[in-house]
Amino acid sequence: MTPPLTQADIDREIAEVHQARAGERANHPDRDFAPYRSSVLRHPKQPLVALKDPEAAELAGPVFGVADVAPFDADLTRQHAGEPLGERITVQGRVLDRDGRPVRGQLVEIWQANASGRYPHQRDDHPAPLDPNFSGVGRCLTDDEGRYAFTTIKPGAYPWRNHVNAWRPAHIHFSVFGTAFTQRLVTQMYFPNDPLFPYDPVLNSVTDERARQRLVSAYDHDLSVPEWSLGYRWDIVLDGPAATWMEEGR
Amino acid sequence: MNPTPSQTVGPFYGYALPIPRGGDLAEGGIVVHGHVYDGAGEPVPDALLEFWQADPSGSLAGAPGTLRRDQVSGALLGRSGVGFTGFGRVATDADGGWALRTLPPGNGYISVCVFARGLLHHLYTRIYFVPDAFLGSLPPERGRTLVPVEERAGVYRFDIHLQGDEETVFLDFG
Repeated sequence: MTPPLTQADIDREIAEVHQARAGERANHPDRDFAPYRSSVLRHPKQPLVALKDPEAAELAGPVFGVADVAPFDADLTRQHAGEPLGERITVQGRVLDRDGRPVRGQLVEIWQANASGRYPHQRDDHPAPLDPNFSGVGRCLTDDEGRYAFTTIKPGAYPWRNHVNAWRPAHIHFSVFGTAFTQRLVTQMYFPNDPLFPYDPVLNSVTDERARQRLVSAYDHDLSVPEWSLGYRWDIVLDGPAATWMEEGR
Repeated sequence: MNPTPSQTVGPFYGYALPIPRGGDLAEGGIVVHGHVYDGAGEPVPDALLEFWQADPSGSLAGAPGTLRRDQVSGALLGRSGVGFTGFGRVATDADGGWALRTLPPGNGYISVCVFARGLLHHLYTRIYFVPDAFLGSLPPERGRTLVPVEERAGVYRFDIHLQGDEETVFLDFG
């Protein structure tokens, strides 16, 4: 039986991939990033097949309306009878396309662990307390400027079983729709200056340091609400060729 | 502007993203179902599939209301069943299985977006019900992975292989 992987093994593998990709601009992670062990059997080995079709269905996208969100969906601290434990935060930002145009009226969904790093999910069985006043689920629609805003609790770091002593930095999962199915994005927002960044294969699957920094929110004192919450700002830029193609076709 | 990088959906999206009867876009149409498999041929129990399609006339307008909420409790109600949203979202079950009940797409295919633990960037594929030029441009053994098997009238099986000998064709829209 092979001995369990240590953090040093993972660190070495991350460094090797980063060195091999040094100087390359890559906006997204490779799907076959071996230090993230779950990726090994789940990435296609054949190259993706390019499809350039101005009529492609993927250049349109699903639509969501006010009936798809509830009033308290954007305030994760008010979804239960009591107050959740932890550091209350507000997270705000804009959803933009690659040309910097706001993505309006689109659904933003978030999910996260509670302040002690536990998800209310049966398969998350690590011994941190569940918080009966926190589900960690939120959603909202972007406004006319592409803005989204959530009030929540700063999530805790948590262990996972990628290797021995593996800990994920605190993060909030985001799911965002654009105006085209090709702009679809599922990602994670991290918090500035987290000491766990160098050890995490999921964050480090993004090999370009500048791209990796785009996953980290900024503390914004002007967003902090007196006697209430600390503010973090994080803008999201959606990839995808849809808008450009449509303009070229007209 | 430089895009925000993708990250894995992780294993714990289950209480946040799935929609009650999220694969039931319409009644009385077609059923498409299948499994998601990894490179060892094992089922993937923590994948999330999204579907986007035209209605039978070929329109991609869609309607809002996939995630319709109760105004009193905020609880998810799901579709009203009146408007055709064109959008489905299904988490695979413990056996890697999923099912979609929908109307036949007027443009001949259903678009699929695959998320999973271990998948750092989602994957796109298509379920083709009628041939087209793109499908015809693929080598037959690859193109076959985009065509469902009609098990009986109106019931189609479409398995997704993330890796391996039967690896599904995944698409790059540039």
